[in-house]
Amino acid sequence: MRINSFSVIHSLVFSTGPSLWLGMSIVTVQLGQCGNQIGFEVFDALFRDSHCSQGLCSKRENEAYQASCKERFFREEENGVPVARAVLVDMEPKVINQTLSRAARSGRWTYGQHACFCQRQGSGNNWAYGYSVHGPKHEESIMNLIQKEVEKCDSLSGFFIIMSMAGGTGSGLGAFVTQKLQDQYPSSLKMNQIIWPYGTGEVILQNYNSILTLSHLYRSSDALLIHENDAVHKICARRMNIKQISFRDLNQVLAHQLGSVFQPTYSEDGSFHYRRNPLGDLMEHLVPHPEFKMLSVRNIPQMSENSLAYSTFTWAGLLKHLRQMLISSAKMEEGIDWQVQPPSSGLPPLGKMSAHKDPHFNTSIANLVILRGKDVQSANVEGFKDPALYTSWLEPLHAFSTWKTQRAFGKYEKSAALVSNSQLLVKPLDVIVGKAWNMFASKTQFQKEEQMGVLAWALDVAMSLLAWDNSAACIPAIPLLTTMFITLEYLSSVLFSNMLHMSLSHCSLPMSPHLAVHPSFVLHLLTKYGFLSRHVIFDD
Amino acid sequence: MTQSVVVQVGQCGNQIGCCFWDLALREHAAVNQKGIYDDALSSFFRNVDTRVGGDGSSISKGRISSLKARAVLIDMEEGVVNEILQGPLRDVFDSKQLITDISGSGNNWAVGHKVFGSLYREQILEKLRKSAEQCDCLQCFFVIHSMGGGTGSGLGTFLLKVLEDEFPDVYRFVTAVYPSSEDDVITSPYNSMLAMKELNERADCVLPIDNQSLFDIISKIDLVTSGKLGAAVKPKSLVTTNMGTVTKCPKKPFDAMNNIVANLLLSLTSSARFEGSLNMDLNEISMNLVPFPQLHYLVSSLTPLYTLADVNIPPRRLDQMFSDAFSKNHQLIQADPRHSLYLACALIVRGNVQISDLRRNIERLKPALHFVSWNQEGWKTSLCSVPPVGHSHSLLALANNTCVKPTFMELRERFMRLYRKKAHLHHYLQVDGMEECAFAEAVSSLSALIQEYDELDATKSMPVLDVPRLSVAL
Repeated sequence: MRINSFSVIHSLVFSTGPSLWLGMSIVTVQLGQCGNQIGFEVFDALFRDSHCSQGLCSKRENEAYQASCKERFFREEENGVPVARAVLVDMEPKVINQTLSRAARSGRWTYGQHACFCQRQGSGNNWAYGYSVHGPKHEESIMNLIQKEVEKCDSLSGFFIIMSMAGGTGSGLGAFVTQKLQDQYPSSLKMNQIIWPYGTGEVILQNYNSILTLSHLYRSSDALLIHENDAVHKICARRMNIKQISFRDLNQVLAHQLGSVFQPTYSEDGSFHYRRNPLGDLMEHLVPHPEFKMLSVRNIPQMSENSLAYSTFTWAGLLKHLRQMLISSAKMEEGIDWQVQPPSSGLPPLGKMSAHKDPHFNTSIANLVILRGKDVQSANVEGFKDPALYTSWLEPLHAFSTWKTQRAFGKYEKSAALVSNSQLLVKPLDVIVGKAWNMFASKTQFQKEEQMGVLAWALDVAMSLLAWDNSAACIPAIPLLTTMFITLEYLSSVLFSNMLHMSLSHCSLPMSPHLAVHPSFVLHLLTKYGFLSRHVIFDD
Repeated sequence: MTQSVVVQVGQCGNQIGCCFWDLALREHAAVNQKGIYDDALSSFFRNVDTRVGGDGSSISKGRISSLKARAVLIDMEEGVVNEILQGPLRDVFDSKQLITDISGSGNNWAVGHKVFGSLYREQILEKLRKSAEQCDCLQCFFVIHSMGGGTGSGLGTFLLKVLEDEFPDVYRFVTAVYPSSEDDVITSPYNSMLAMKELNERADCVLPIDNQSLFDIISKIDLVTSGKLGAAVKPKSLVTTNMGTVTKCPKKPFDAMNNIVANLLLSLTSSARFEGSLNMDLNEISMNLVPFPQLHYLVSSLTPLYTLADVNIPPRRLDQMFSDAFSKNHQLIQADPRHSLYLACALIVRGNVQISDLRRNIERLKPALHFVSWNQEGWKTSLCSVPPVGHSHSLLALANNTCVKPTFMELRERFMRLYRKKAHLHHYLQVDGMEECAFAEAVSSLSALIQEYDELDATKSMPVLDVPRLSVAL
């Protein structure tokens, strides 16, 4: 069982590193236009915060914070300018060039000189190109670059992979790279930062690309940290009062949220001792079960730094809002539905919880609240420990954690971030699967290919996996899951092989399209492909 | 960065091509202040050291020495190409990348396709291969020709077959000028119909244009510029203008119309050449906008047609730009996309426009548009930071919409009127290799296409079919 694997790995790595007082490093992989644009803003936000003069703490404290942040995300070069521990990958050169020059122009930090890989022709918004064509073709070069960056870390916590779901490179190549990272660095952790596209469309194929990305990443990644463009856009519009919102604005809000999660926090040892394994700690607290790994971030206060001068906050107020944002699935600080309340307390018997549950109530598997700033020790987080907020199979003791740090984030005297593993993303996922299914199913009317039903099933499986009602109780049976994953992988292979040929008529499957999870069918797959095999061979 | 090669065929194709290269040079001149040959320039131009004799070897970086267009000029009569080569753009074209003949195709598709096709096949192949070799990474062939004539339509479509065989991985974008109803060429329906069959089968993407629409747009602009607002319009910003152009000679009659098409092609490739916050490459156009291989006809519209001299563009003007893109007066063929069914729509925005403006306008305009049931949010968007010459921002809308159907039906109608009487048919049948069944095949190809659009239109009024999702049997 993998449940305890994170703590095992965590302690293994934790104890076998060399001088670890500075902590472990994270190697960031930026993929595609989205990944590279966001990556820049993240490094910039981290750097600016760590060099922020305020901080509201002692000089020694600040220096420890800076050093810890630096070790995590940057490395030193000869001329003293910090170099981001990042690898930039894109299938066309414009964005990488732009990103590199922006970093160089800032003068504060820079990217490694040879840390990028790009080609000439993009992926054409085709997931299959990213995954099956560019991936294998450039595997060696990309993995070499990553290897070089890893070698420059004293001790590696893991990988932070930034990508979008809607495009071709970020999504397809991102899924491929994550898989290769799992093969090559099995004991390092991988967190994927995924951008969920706008609902009203940025790319016509975004639903297909999203489904394929999620289903693949679900098996190779350790945690998926998801940001929705629509949500971040609303924050910019309503909370930050930006009139003409650009992608840069969106990315900066996002970077701010990520910064408030990833910047150093105190370990249990107390002040001046920052947590050493950022990814390990996050996963240990937030991903207690490998089948539930979709995380979301909320932060408070959500306002631009300029408006801060006119506002004061109390921890009580901030935490109250944050808690309500969690349980009412609100994505921002405004328009929170205060009517939604957790079901009446007291652990109800298994299976009966859904009857009393408010349909808008958001059940969590695990939550992590990160508090930074003045008087942080006085902040009362009892509201988050209510068992009614959580599923029945995990005690709040294990499901909820708080990290408190005196050192403030940026100019925010008090700030709180909530990283949550909950049902928040189920509805958006349902919407995407519905749309992908719609687009796909109606093509069957035109193309009259029955085998397409197989693909539809894959989509539905993806959905079912991710939408299990937590209150329905038991930890899902592992064998069944494995079966579904194998099938899903096989079916996804078929889909992307078709996308590769850009024609839905080249689909040949060795089995009947009318499917249920029939035992013989399962046996057939298990023998043919091997248990959790990654190399799928299909008949022509 | 990828490169594209423009192949201009026939009188129409070459005249449009000429305007295109002129505008491309102006656009790059406005952006490229330092005179360095960069990736953006390399997509359409080669940098050639003319001091070295002969063809001139290509220089990949450094200062611009001499720019040569990545173009192949084909015409079966010499007049137009000669004029280009004697004109101010003569240095831009590589003298070896031409194919000309003397007599012309006589407005006969069969002559263009069969006779000149077989005669010049080897030469065409050689020139194309040469252009391809000069590219690091060739992505796309832009073919420009008219449908109604003989060379453009016949040889132009023959060319498509060559491209498909020799360069199967390279996209084929065709800009095809369809004859208006008052076309002066009597056999244009035959030529267009025969060409349509080839376009159906061999082009990746077709941008149909017709003269009447271009003419209407010109009239509208003339109305504005000669009226009250005339003084306030920035002359350089007219989408039809070739002001600032290299040539000092008086404007040729079709220049204004050709400039519109030139603008279209440049905007199409702008996001691939220049940077922006949401890039769109050429391969994404085909991938996103063509849901079924047959339905690859994209109706285009360019806005704004002119910019007022007012520097501060309030959001209302910006929004007007988006609204105009969907009005039937701005489309480059006679079509009304608003009242037909959208399969997909791409918005390529250039200049100082941000994602919130784009979002706001999509939300605003979407309710009035009909999208096919399985692609309700069928938008593909792109933001390029570099505006076209003379504008601060512009929008190119590409719609895969059933509103192309009337154009095709009318074409079929005009064809049938001639064909029923077998009028002028003998000119075609006289040509070696041309048989009457070719006509029948062409008609059935077009009819099948119209049929597909009909089927889609039928779904328009139907309620959204909620095909039940399969459930997992545990």
